[in-house]
Amino acid sequence: MSAGWIPACKTGDVGAEDVVRFDHGGRTFAIYRTADDKYYATDGLCTHEKVHLAHGFVMDTIIECAKHNGRFDFTTGEAKGAPACIHLKTYPVKVEAGQVFLQLD
Amino acid sequence: MESQTPMPIPKRDYSLVGSETQRAYEKGLVSAPWYASPIARPRLKELMRRKDGPAIRHTLLWFALIIGSGTAAFLTWGTWGCVPALFVYGTLYGSTSDSRWHECGHRTAFKTVWMNDVVYYIASFMVLREATAWRWSHTRHHTDTIIVGRDPEIAVPRPPGLFAVCLKFFALPGGLRELAKIARHCFGRLNAVEKDYIPGSEHPRVFREARVYAAIYVATIACALATGSILPLMLVGLPSFYGAWLVVVFGLTQHAGLAEDVLDHRLNCRTVYMNPVFRYLYWNMNYHVEHHMFPLVPYHALPALHEELKADMPPAYRGLVETYREIIPALLRQAKDPAYCVKRPLPLAADAALQGGQA
Repeated sequence: MSAGWIPACKTGDVGAEDVVRFDHGGRTFAIYRTADDKYYATDGLCTHEKVHLAHGFVMDTIIECAKHNGRFDFTTGEAKGAPACIHLKTYPVKVEAGQVFLQLD
Repeated sequence: MESQTPMPIPKRDYSLVGSETQRAYEKGLVSAPWYASPIARPRLKELMRRKDGPAIRHTLLWFALIIGSGTAAFLTWGTWGCVPALFVYGTLYGSTSDSRWHECGHRTAFKTVWMNDVVYYIASFMVLREATAWRWSHTRHHTDTIIVGRDPEIAVPRPPGLFAVCLKFFALPGGLRELAKIARHCFGRLNAVEKDYIPGSEHPRVFREARVYAAIYVATIACALATGSILPLMLVGLPSFYGAWLVVVFGLTQHAGLAEDVLDHRLNCRTVYMNPVFRYLYWNMNYHVEHHMFPLVPYHALPALHEELKADMPPAYRGLVETYREIIPALLRQAKDPAYCVKRPLPLAADAALQGGQA
């Protein structure tokens, strides 16, 4: 396996159109699965008030934060309007043999 | 003979930039984790699912009622018939806009984002709240609900001024303060409190919106002067004052008399059962504990969320009468004893867990 790829979870750990939390090396991430079984990863905390995005709600490719309804496109990290004003950092993801990996910088 | 001077009633500092703000930080109450009742994730996902249908139907009816009563007021102007028409129109304009402002501010009422935003801007103007400034105010209210020194939306600071509570029924003096804020924002000025909760990137938007509000008010006043009639102002602007009474009747039920500085919405919010007409007018904001605990759940799903959570909640109030039988004595007592608050009974299992966690 190439350097930097971290096993995050099994594909079945994330429901369709849902998100789970993944902690690694003192950092927290959010792993997303779309309705058509594509996987994405971002930083795990909302850029607005550091709430775990894994408690939020996935609609298509939007994650909505559970605390203040801040929205991000998790495929690009783009903040979609107040109170989310700062973009999310995204990470490359790959799936191999039922395992989701994300590549850290 | 020595006369005894009555002890002054202690007052807390409700400013967001005062002594209580530092105290809230020191006590770990700022941006703190809040209690959430257990609910299975798949069920919560079902309840969070957005729909356009209910809000479109409810909003079309709302606009129809406003236009209908406004037309009736126009046609009966100068007769006694305009009084009930203006009462209905003003209440719809100045009070029911509050719940539309609220739900669309969370962007949960409609599935389609722009529909939330259109209704949010219209309702913000009607309820006399600057759209962007109040979006940030409400965001803080959800972060630090009824945390003194942090929450800008504490409706009844202690000790409550009972005359001040009565004035709220006519949006006084809050409405006049909002007009002063609009004037200040037109000139590009924010005060220290506003800068505390509105990020700098949003300031230009606040100033633009204030100028739009001011332009509408100036145009309405010009129309009134040109026609020699106060009717234009009775239809635009003044309903935010004479129609505000129902905001207060409904709104005080949310938090008045309950605990400050706690991290459990079951202790500082109320859920009140209401009849279908009130729930339509209030867009289910009467399920207020549930809304604060899970703000992603749209208003039309709050009754179902209540059913899921009620075993872990204090008992809901059986209507406005029961609620005000608690609120009015509580406020009267707080006027003399600001430390007093209504203590909501938690279910035994939940209470034991909470006590264990705090020990």
